[in-house]
Amino acid sequence: MLCDICGKNPATVHLTEIIDDQMKELHLCEECAHDKSEAMEQQFGLSDLLAGLSEFGKSSKDEALINLKCPSCQLSYADFKKLGRLGCSECYNTFRKYLTPLLRKIHGSSQHIGKSPLNIKPARSSSPKKRDPLADARLKLVQAIEKEEFEEAAKLRDQIKALEAKANKA
Amino acid sequence: MQLSDLLNHTSEWLKGTGPNSEIVISSRIRLARNLAGVPFPHWANATQGAELLRLVAEAVSHSDMLKKTTFFKLEQMDSVDKQFLVERHLMSIEHAQKTEEKALLIDNDEMISIMVNEEDHLRIQLMQSGFNLFEAWNIINRIDDQLSSTLHYAYLPDFGYLTACPTNTGTGMRGSVMLHLPALVMSRQIERVLAAIAKLSFTTRGLYGEGTQASGNFFQISNQVSLGHSENEIIENINGLIRQIIEQEAQAREVLLAKSREVLEDRINRSLGTLKSARIITSQETIELLSMVRLGSDLGMIKDIDRRTINELFITTLPAHLQKLENKKLSSQERDLKRAELIRKKLTFL
Ligand SMILES: [Zn+2]
Ligand SMILES: [Zn+2]
Repeated sequence: MLCDICGKNPATVHLTEIIDDQMKELHLCEECAHDKSEAMEQQFGLSDLLAGLSEFGKSSKDEALINLKCPSCQLSYADFKKLGRLGCSECYNTFRKYLTPLLRKIHGSSQHIGKSPLNIKPARSSSPKKRDPLADARLKLVQAIEKEEFEEAAKLRDQIKALEAKANKA
Repeated sequence: MQLSDLLNHTSEWLKGTGPNSEIVISSRIRLARNLAGVPFPHWANATQGAELLRLVAEAVSHSDMLKKTTFFKLEQMDSVDKQFLVERHLMSIEHAQKTEEKALLIDNDEMISIMVNEEDHLRIQLMQSGFNLFEAWNIINRIDDQLSSTLHYAYLPDFGYLTACPTNTGTGMRGSVMLHLPALVMSRQIERVLAAIAKLSFTTRGLYGEGTQASGNFFQISNQVSLGHSENEIIENINGLIRQIIEQEAQAREVLLAKSREVLEDRINRSLGTLKSARIITSQETIELLSMVRLGSDLGMIKDIDRRTINELFITTLPAHLQKLENKKLSSQERDLKRAELIRKKLTFL
């Protein structure tokens, strides 16, 4: 969906106004929304945080991170950055390393204190579905780069390329 | 229950009763909940969405606190009905759009509502009249427990309840209080108050939630932080802030009465006069004038109109309500006529 004002950028801010007796939805890009009202500043918290935390550059680490996918729902970190929403409960395990500092920025804490469900079933599914080897390899790549195991990373990168080629053929 | 049954009924939050109801309209607690292993609504396909609806309907049937509820699927609902539900604060505007696999559960008293497949699988909401967050929490906590005995909630011990957006993770709880602050607005102190609220990481919204301009001097204040504090702590924090705002509004009303009683009386009575005699009126003007009449009633300047009647008018004069009352589609001009007629009837023949 494109911005209602400039028609160029994707709309990421959604507002409601009552204009001439009609409840009206406005879909704006962040730039136009900023212009529209200073008072709305608070709403931009999340995407600002996401942008600030990831600082995507050209380093291999960032590239690996952006391709990291949740094995359960296939949402990538790049998707999360774009949508501002996660894909499923398992994403919290997949992106745990990156979500922990994000949650700390948003809430000032990353440790839940409060009630718990009567019927707790861990978010990690107890009977793992057939894992996605590509997603697994991407996850391992991020971990290898973080531990600075570059030989392992190189191997994984080749593996990922092969898997991607196979997936494209299929 | 049929949707039209709600027309002859006053929502719990509009009753005008409860603690501090001269300043606080209503208190609301909302819990965001998701099921483990099912993609969040924006990322789920139609089959997964439909399956989720089925699981929730099943869990609801096992909860004795949700016995007197009706389950509405939004897909078949026409746009006036959907807007009607939004106007009654039973669901969000977002929920009224792209309605595939979306549902709304409401109880007969309009105290409980559950949006299914909104941003999260479940958005459970509990409304109370007046300043009453703890009472709302006590009820919603029990409903949540009953649902969690049949549904497998997505939950991790360290992150708490897992939500589509990380801004709701943890308790998944948002407590909101709707305030009527005409004296702080008239005495131009409201900017200072709102700035202070934002600094304390609370948010302020208008009458219709998310991103709405505040109109008619109504402000809804809610917590931003949902992780790292218990539900009780979060409520204590909101309550502390709300108590201060109530006190400031009460003081501002006293100062206005002491310093400019005549001006205030003039504005309030002119507002009532316009409402009683207008033949064409927009909803925006209606909200502004009703706000003044409500203040007049709260200050004892208007004696023959009670709070409940005024509260009801805020809602029944909105576009979808007028169309439901008339039982047909009305253009904007037709609505302005009907609105004026309805207000005249309600305020003249008490
Ligand atoms: Zn724009
Ligand atoms: Zn996922």
